[in-house]
Amino acid sequence: MEVLLTQLFNGLSGGSILLLAALGLALTFGQMGVINMAHGEFIMAGAYTAFVVQKALGDAGVSLLVSLPVAFVVGGLLGVVLEATLLRRMYHRPLDTLLVTFGVSLVLQQLARDIFGTAGVDVPAPAWLSGPLEVFGFSFPRTRVFILVLAIVAVIVLAALLKLTPLGRRIRATVQNRQLAESSGISTRRTDLITFFVGSGLAGVAGVALTLMGSISSNLGTSYVIDAFLVVVIGGIGQIKGAVIAAFVLGVVQSWVEYSTTASIGKVIVFALIVAFLQLRPQGIYVVRSRSLA
Amino acid sequence: MLAVGLLSACGARVDDSSASAGGEGTSCVDTSGPSVKIGFLNSRSGTMAISENTVYNSLKLAADQINAAGGVLGKQLTVVAEDGASEPTIFAEKAEKLIRSDCVAAVFGGWTSSSRKAMLPVFESNNALLFYPVQYEGLESSRNIFYTGATTNQQIVPALDYLKEKGVKSLFLVGSDYVFPQTANKIIKAYAEANGIEIKGEEYAPLGHTDFATIVAKVRDADADAVFNTLNGDSNVAFFKEYKNLGLTPEAMPVISVSIAEEEVGGIGVDNIAGQLVAWNYYQTIDTPTNKKFVEDFKAAYGESKVTSDPMEAAYTSLFLWKGMVEKAQSFAVNDVLAAADGVSFEAPEGTVTVNGENHHIAKTALIGKIGQDGLIYTEWSSGKPIEPDPYLKTYPWATGLSG
Amino acid sequence: MNIRSILSSRWAVLGGFALGAILLMGVAPAVLSDFRLGLLGKYLCFAMVAVGIGLAWGRGGMLVLGQGVFFGLGAYLMAMHLKLADAPASTGVPDFMALISSDGVPWWWEPFRSGAVTLIAIVVIPAVVAIVLGLATFHRRVRGAYFAILSQALAAAFAIWLIGNPRSTGGSTGLNNFKGFFGFSLRDPANRLMLYLIAAGALLAMIAIARQLMVSRYGELLVACRDAEERVRFLGYNPATIKTAAYTVAAVMAGIAGALFVPIVGIISPNDVGIVPSIGLLIGVAIGGRTTLLGPVLGAIAVAWAETSLSEQFPSGWTYLQGLLFMLVVAFLPGGLASLAPTLRDWRKHRRSDTAAGQPGVAAVPEGSA
Repeated sequence: MEVLLTQLFNGLSGGSILLLAALGLALTFGQMGVINMAHGEFIMAGAYTAFVVQKALGDAGVSLLVSLPVAFVVGGLLGVVLEATLLRRMYHRPLDTLLVTFGVSLVLQQLARDIFGTAGVDVPAPAWLSGPLEVFGFSFPRTRVFILVLAIVAVIVLAALLKLTPLGRRIRATVQNRQLAESSGISTRRTDLITFFVGSGLAGVAGVALTLMGSISSNLGTSYVIDAFLVVVIGGIGQIKGAVIAAFVLGVVQSWVEYSTTASIGKVIVFALIVAFLQLRPQGIYVVRSRSLA
Repeated sequence: MLAVGLLSACGARVDDSSASAGGEGTSCVDTSGPSVKIGFLNSRSGTMAISENTVYNSLKLAADQINAAGGVLGKQLTVVAEDGASEPTIFAEKAEKLIRSDCVAAVFGGWTSSSRKAMLPVFESNNALLFYPVQYEGLESSRNIFYTGATTNQQIVPALDYLKEKGVKSLFLVGSDYVFPQTANKIIKAYAEANGIEIKGEEYAPLGHTDFATIVAKVRDADADAVFNTLNGDSNVAFFKEYKNLGLTPEAMPVISVSIAEEEVGGIGVDNIAGQLVAWNYYQTIDTPTNKKFVEDFKAAYGESKVTSDPMEAAYTSLFLWKGMVEKAQSFAVNDVLAAADGVSFEAPEGTVTVNGENHHIAKTALIGKIGQDGLIYTEWSSGKPIEPDPYLKTYPWATGLSG
Repeated sequence: MNIRSILSSRWAVLGGFALGAILLMGVAPAVLSDFRLGLLGKYLCFAMVAVGIGLAWGRGGMLVLGQGVFFGLGAYLMAMHLKLADAPASTGVPDFMALISSDGVPWWWEPFRSGAVTLIAIVVIPAVVAIVLGLATFHRRVRGAYFAILSQALAAAFAIWLIGNPRSTGGSTGLNNFKGFFGFSLRDPANRLMLYLIAAGALLAMIAIARQLMVSRYGELLVACRDAEERVRFLGYNPATIKTAAYTVAAVMAGIAGALFVPIVGIISPNDVGIVPSIGLLIGVAIGGRTTLLGPVLGAIAVAWAETSLSEQFPSGWTYLQGLLFMLVVAFLPGGLASLAPTLRDWRKHRRSDTAAGQPGVAAVPEGSA
């Protein structure tokens, strides 16, 4: 029972990390169709932002909270620059965006190495997040609880933004039918930019969260980006809720398989399950019905 | 078809003795001029650059010091540096380039066991010299490689001796999923069996693994007296953060690590690892005049904030050992250097080290260290005298049958 | 287009092949040192993979990001055979296995003691894997992006599996230290020259096969699948079969390239088969011109050569250059260098009369919907 509960929590926690990494992709890949391999490096940029903010402020308690919005803006701006310079000319060839952004990710990684050095850096967790949280005799790491809460908040804010605000309406309209949206007076160009800003900004936020978990180095992003893409693919294109379910299911399955076998075999088994699942449901958990042939 | 026909017409067969004995091992090293070339082969890019750049720096320092003091046999050293790019294939290719195209007298470098194993056949088939500066899993002794880092009986076995002395009765093994941790854990299990230590669990994480929730939960539930950690690289950061966040402390369940040196402590975060144990043969805090000078020179060359660590020291030492061998042999030729190698000794920052001419490792003192609040490592325990290298653990009765 | 006219002119083709054969098999061995010739042999292996990528990606519109897997399959199969052949006759166990465990040779290694079985497997196993994967994904009409991401995940999983099983795959070191190649000593320079010539011959043969496929009826269908898959389906063809065929040919070429890579380079490790090398194989193809016959070959050789020589001088410079090449070539010159001349011509025409529609160069490379 205890093991079951601990593993369930670890799974949900792993899922929340995946979700944070994938949420931005659900917008830029899921909604806009851009395969942004540099998303991982936006996460890395967020993590380094947390490092810089902490160096500037000194106090670990406040700096984590300050880092979140700053990293959102840093990630977002990187995304906007990428969109405006390279991707805007490539919406009609989504596969090529993968290669272009792979190049961007190589350059950003090398930049990080040249600026921050090849050795990893550390962002100490604030005192209020160190150590375990005791609930009913079970102990959960506070950092993991924090990330779980952060992921849930991010999903709620994003869902509210898409459902309730005029901006969200414009984004959904553009995704569903670009021509019609344009002829209804929506500036799709601006909407694209804003969507990319929000999606990339979420990567920055994920980066701050990851500083609580592991190492901050130039290859931080590469370890998450493929998993994040798989989450969006399983969840189904164009759906936030698909990504949420996919992330948590993947997290729980991964932690369960890892517990009963080993971490290496766990990764291979999970991959096999994903391929099998996509054979059954090639469009993912949620399908947007469309008459388009493409 | 034509090509196959030609192949059979003029190529030597595997069992053709004229081709396989020594092969084309004729050296092209040029020692006629006022200088002689040596090669440095370290990963300057890729995932291992973090560690290997530091080794490159200390090799460079040693070469500069040797040149300033008049060189080797009166010849200045010219360094040819190559990037191994953290890939075994590239290491093999660049080693071949250094030997056959640049004609260097000796090559210094390599870090991962993969890089060494990839380079080994290149050095053997060309009869060239490699100095390898990192602790490793043992069970190897090549005619063409000198191992200046620790082998298992100079690092892992002393660490186990120390734990046993401290009354540790059970261990949990955590490692990265590759050859060094797997071999190390095999040795640890054999030792544990002979000494009545219980192994409560053995977990491997893929290289670069970053989510240690499950593994650390298993460690906590197993409740062993100590954890033996052979994780590599970034995984250590995630592991120790998780370890601390689950409320595990060095007092309750100490972790002894064999791949974390001064350089890595900063990235893991002192807060997360202070008080934990490590096993090496050198720490920056060693209080001898030789080491003080080494640390001073290093900081003067690369900046006050830089730290020195075991592999860096072993690399620095390796260049001076080669110098000693060449001067004893009065020749740069590989066969002369090999013949002169036995007993060459150097007053290294870690203490006196001596080359064992039979297995090409060096005798060195084992030190168990504790990580301090300042991020440096302080000696807790010392073997007192240099331990003779025994890569195949032949002198340990409990280890029979380990080497295959 | 000039490529088309070259393809269709029989004499020009034969002349081109003769020229290529003279350059690769006559001039290169004469002017290059033993060591540099070995490097060129390695580049030729990458060029073989590039021929297949050009067919599947350039002509078929499938972004094949997992070619490292097929390359790795061929390479590991060959390496297993070479290790078994080198093993001491008394035990039959390769050196690295004897070192790490005493369990003997895994059962699935045993068939590859036979050279004939190995050679057949090098062709058949990548082909079977490609057919299964291809039919599975293309029949389900999995979208291009999905296919690309799945291929990447497959490459990652393959590398993780290799690293995690050192007893049977050599782990992160991979397999190396080969003494002989089908009985011939790999230390003898004469044998190494022969291996290089075999690689050069294999590359020329693959280019010939790719050319035949491109100018055939099948080649037309493949391009049609890339440009308008639904229309091909409406015409009564099955796009899944058409695409799977090209994917399989590309996989077999990658497998053979891997098998030749092993004796030429002397090592195969998981670093050579994961995600990064898989994507790295694409950059040469993109630069050379993915839709052309020779562009991928020349591009792959040029990129591999640039990597060796640049990383000798500036280790971090190569990473920047590789990144910038991906960004600039794919974004601004999707047809690769091969399209440079036509692009410039279009651009001049464009400036003279603003009436022409479409972006220069882009028209030559429509996006596939694999």
